[in-house]
Amino acid sequence: MTAAPDHAPTLSGPGLKDRLGQAAPLLLVPVLVVLGYLSIGSTSSWLTLTVSGLAMGMMIFIMASGLTLVFGLMDVINFGHGAFISVGAFVGISVVLALSGWAGAPSLALNLGAIALAVIAAMAVTAVLGWAFERVIVRPVYGAHLKQILVTVGGLIVIEQLIHVIWGPDEIFLTRPESLKGAITFAGAALERYRILAVVFGLALFLAMRLVLRRTKIGLIVRAGVQNGEMVEALGYRLRLVFVGVFVAGSALAGLGGVMWGLYQEVVTAGMGEEMMILVFIVVIIGGLGSVEGAFIGALLVGLLQNYVAFLAPKLALVSNIGLLTLILLWRPQGMMPVVKAK
Amino acid sequence: MIVTLLSGDRPRSPLLTLILLAILAGLALAPFLFPGVRSLETAARICIFIVLVASYDLLLGYTGIVSFAHTMFFGLGAYGVALASEHIGRGFGALAVGTVAGAVAAALLAMVIGLFSLRVRAIFFAMITLAVASAVAVLVSQLSQITGGEDGLNYRIPRELTPAFRWGGKLFDVNLNGKLLNYYLVFFCSLGLFLLMLRIVNSPFGRVLQAIRENDFRAEAIGYRVVRYRVAATCISAAVAALAGSLFAVWLRYVGPDTTLSFEIMLDILLMVVIGGMGTMYGAVVGATLFVLAQNYLQNLMGLASGATEGVPVVSDLLDPDRWLLWLGVLFILSVYFFPTGIVGRLRAGR
Repeated sequence: MTAAPDHAPTLSGPGLKDRLGQAAPLLLVPVLVVLGYLSIGSTSSWLTLTVSGLAMGMMIFIMASGLTLVFGLMDVINFGHGAFISVGAFVGISVVLALSGWAGAPSLALNLGAIALAVIAAMAVTAVLGWAFERVIVRPVYGAHLKQILVTVGGLIVIEQLIHVIWGPDEIFLTRPESLKGAITFAGAALERYRILAVVFGLALFLAMRLVLRRTKIGLIVRAGVQNGEMVEALGYRLRLVFVGVFVAGSALAGLGGVMWGLYQEVVTAGMGEEMMILVFIVVIIGGLGSVEGAFIGALLVGLLQNYVAFLAPKLALVSNIGLLTLILLWRPQGMMPVVKAK
Repeated sequence: MIVTLLSGDRPRSPLLTLILLAILAGLALAPFLFPGVRSLETAARICIFIVLVASYDLLLGYTGIVSFAHTMFFGLGAYGVALASEHIGRGFGALAVGTVAGAVAAALLAMVIGLFSLRVRAIFFAMITLAVASAVAVLVSQLSQITGGEDGLNYRIPRELTPAFRWGGKLFDVNLNGKLLNYYLVFFCSLGLFLLMLRIVNSPFGRVLQAIRENDFRAEAIGYRVVRYRVAATCISAAVAALAGSLFAVWLRYVGPDTTLSFEIMLDILLMVVIGGMGTMYGAVVGATLFVLAQNYLQNLMGLASGATEGVPVVSDLLDPDRWLLWLGVLFILSVYFFPTGIVGRLRAGR
C-alpha cells in the first residue's frame, strides 16, 4: 500500500489582478474627472462642471438606490419607481410654496426649515404610496418578470395622470429659498450653493446607507437576502417583511430625490419621473443590478459625463449616457459590481 | 388552401372566426362600406397597427421579451421613407429605397441592442430599449436640419397614390382615385405581412421561441442557443415594425415624432397586445381593431361625459378627454391581472 501523497492545502488571498479588478470601478470616477480636466482645459469651468456633475450624480443615486435593492432582494423590477419621484417632487414643492413666508425670508434657518418640512412631507407621502403600490400592484405578480414590467408601467401611467388631475396639467415653476440662491466663488469658479448642498447631503446619505447596510443587523439581513434569500428565510427571518420595508424606504428615497431634483431644476412636471427613470435605469444597469455601491459609482459617472459632454459637445450629451452604458457592458456584461447570487 | 395560407393555425373558436372574417371583410371593403375620409383613415390605421402589434406580439407573446423600443423601429421605417422621398425625389424608387433602408437599419439596431442586453439577462432588454428609444426620440427632435425636428417632414409620394390621380369614374359612388390605390396598397401589404408573421410563429423557429418563453433554461439544455433565437426574434420583429412604419409614412405623407416615436404609441401597442391576447397573432387583429376604433370614437364620448358632469369637481377632471391615458392605464393593469390571455384566449377557452 502506498502512503497517501502529502497534501498541504494553502489559503492564498486573491491575486493582484483580482484585487485590481475589484477596485477598477472605484478608479473610474477619478479617471473621468482627470480626463474631464484635460479635455476642458480651464480650471474654473472644470470645477463648476465637476460640482454640478457630482450634485446630479448624488441626486440620481438617491433615486436609484431603492430600485436596485428592491431588485436584488425580491427580483422585482419596478418600472413605476419614477412615479414616486414625480409625486415626491410635487408634494415637496407644494409645501415649499405653501411656506413661501419661510422660504422667502433671508434667514438660512427658516429656509432650511421649509426645505426640511418639504422633504419630510414628500418622503411620508411617497412611503405610504410605495406601501400601497407594493400591496396593490406588485404583490400579485411576484416571480413573473413579464407581468411585473407591464403592471408597473401601468401603475406609472396611472399615478402620472393622477398628478395631472390633482395639480393640474401644467408644470409648476418655483424659485429656490433665498439663502440657497446664487453662487459662491472659489478659485475663480462660480459654484452654486444649492449644488454644494446637494453634494454634501448626498454623500452623507450614501455614507449613512452604507453604515446601515454594513454595520446593523437589518443591513446584514438585507445583504444576505440579496445574496441568497432562501437561506435567510430558512434561518427564520421573514424576508417578505424586510422586502416591504426596503420597498417603502426606496420609495421614500425616490420622493426625496424628486424634491431635490425639483429644487435643482426649479420646475416640476408630471413627466419628470419618467425622464429620470431612464437615467436611473442606466445607472442601475451599469452599477450591477442589486448593488448599492455600484449604483453610487454609476450615478457619479453618469452625472459627471453628462455635464462634461454638455459643455464640450452639447448635441452629444444625450447619446453620451448610451455610450457609457455600451462601454461598461462591453467590459462587464453584468454591470460594474455584479451581485454574486448564491443559487 | 386557406389552412395553408394561415399556416395551419386556425382561429379554433367559431365566434373568433366570425369576428376575424368580419374584420377582414370590413377592412377589404372599407372604402365602399364606410365612405368618408375619416373612416378610411381609421381603416388604414387599423391595417397598419395590426401588423405593428403582430410584430410586437412576436416578441412579447411568443418570445417573452418586453421591449419599449418598438415605436423606434416603427419610426425608423417611417423616417426612411420620408427621407428617401425628400432626397431622391418623388417616385416608387424612393419608396422602395426608404423602405428597405429603414427595415435593414431597424434589424441592425435591434441586433446590436439585443446582443448587448439579451446576452446577460432578458430583463436588461426592457430597460435598455427604454433608454435607447428615449434617446433616439430626443435626437430626432433635436436634429431638425435632417429630420424636421418637432414639426416633422412633409414629402411627396408618387402621384399614382394621391387623390389627384383619377383612373376611372365612380364605382358604387366611390371615386376611383389614387387614394383608393394607396389604401389597397396598405391593405394588401398588411395582409401579406400578417400572413408572414403567422407563418413565422408556426414554423419550427416559432416553436423554439415559445419553448424559450416557457422555460429558457430547459430550451438551452435541449440544445438551442437561446441568445441567438432571442436576438433573431428581435431582429425580425424590428424589421416588420419598420415595414409597418413605411406603410404608415406612405399613407400619411407626413412623419413627425408625435405620430411615430412617442411613448404614448408604445403604450397603445402594449395595450392592444394585452387586450387582444398575448401569444396569438389573432389577438393582434382583434386588439388593434378594437383599440383604434375605441380611440377614435370613445374620446369624443369622454368629452361629452366630462361636459355632462361639469359641476362635479373631481369627476369632471377625471373624465376630461386629456385624461384618456389614465383610463388606459387602469384598463391595462386590470387586463394584465384578470385577462392575461386576452379576448382571443377567452374565446378559445369558452369554446
